[in-house]
Amino acid sequence: MADRPLSPHLSIWKWGPHMLVSILHRVTGSGMATVGLAVLLWWLGSLAAGPEAYDSFAGVMGSPIGILVLIGLSWAFFNHMSSGLRHFVMDIGAGFEIERNKTSALAVTASGVILTVVFWAVVFLK
Amino acid sequence: MGKHTTLERYGSKTTAIGRVRGLGSAHGGAHHWLLQRLTAIGNLLLVTFLVVSMALLPAYDYAAMAGWVSQPLVATALALLVINVFWHARLGLQVVIEDYVHTSGNKFAALAALNIVAIGSGAFALASIARLAFAGAA
Ligand code: HEM
Repeated sequence: MADRPLSPHLSIWKWGPHMLVSILHRVTGSGMATVGLAVLLWWLGSLAAGPEAYDSFAGVMGSPIGILVLIGLSWAFFNHMSSGLRHFVMDIGAGFEIERNKTSALAVTASGVILTVVFWAVVFLK
Repeated sequence: MGKHTTLERYGSKTTAIGRVRGLGSAHGGAHHWLLQRLTAIGNLLLVTFLVVSMALLPAYDYAAMAGWVSQPLVATALALLVINVFWHARLGLQVVIEDYVHTSGNKFAALAALNIVAIGSGAFALASIARLAFAGAA
């Protein structure tokens, strides 16, 4: 092992909302960076290629499975954005007290879901 | 504060900076960290612009979409978005790769592939936007 100080408590921990936020930040970032950017490329590429190519893109993304992927991506964005803003707060050294940290973790997780619902409500109801 | 000498403070003859030197960031860690944050701010503006626009667009057919993307201001915002988002994603996936791929040969291959894909995809996206933006102008 590295000859630098390591925490002696690596095996002593319990689940908390902050851990969920941390893991979801990585999962949503990686998901958007792969699936999301692929959809972005297909969208722009098919638009540039012309109406026929775009229609096959829109056919797939407008199908039930396509909509499911888009819902997942929109949630990934809103969740990652919310936890990214929490990163900024913690980057300045704030919000590390256990209770505030827990509250902000729960707030961030809820905000990701709420913004996703609002987004699709606007899309379908406008 | 009675401890005035280095020996009294740290229990050794080296200074604090002397003890830390050589144990910190091996490469450009702080620069990478800062760029991840700067591109995050860019994403906050540009991706939110795209997402809100998508929610508000009146229709999603070819004419509506191509017409929207080819407006000069929209095309400019999307070009900036592409540069920023591929940069942020490249920086982010680099960290993920470094966390999970430890064999140096595999790590080098994964990071090389990441660079090729990110730069190639970004260039393709920019070319697509340019084609739409300049379509009517020629
Ligand atoms: C409002 C927009 C966004 C904000 C505020 C934001 C913020 C951040 C921050 C602060 C980090 C660094 C986390 C750390 O140091 O541990 C990060 C990581 C990352 N972001 Fe974003 N981001 C945004 C959008 C995006 C988008 C659109 C993508 C993908 C296309 C993305 C992909 C990633 C990836 C892959 C990571 C690395 C994850 C990790 O190391 O666990 N982000 N983001």
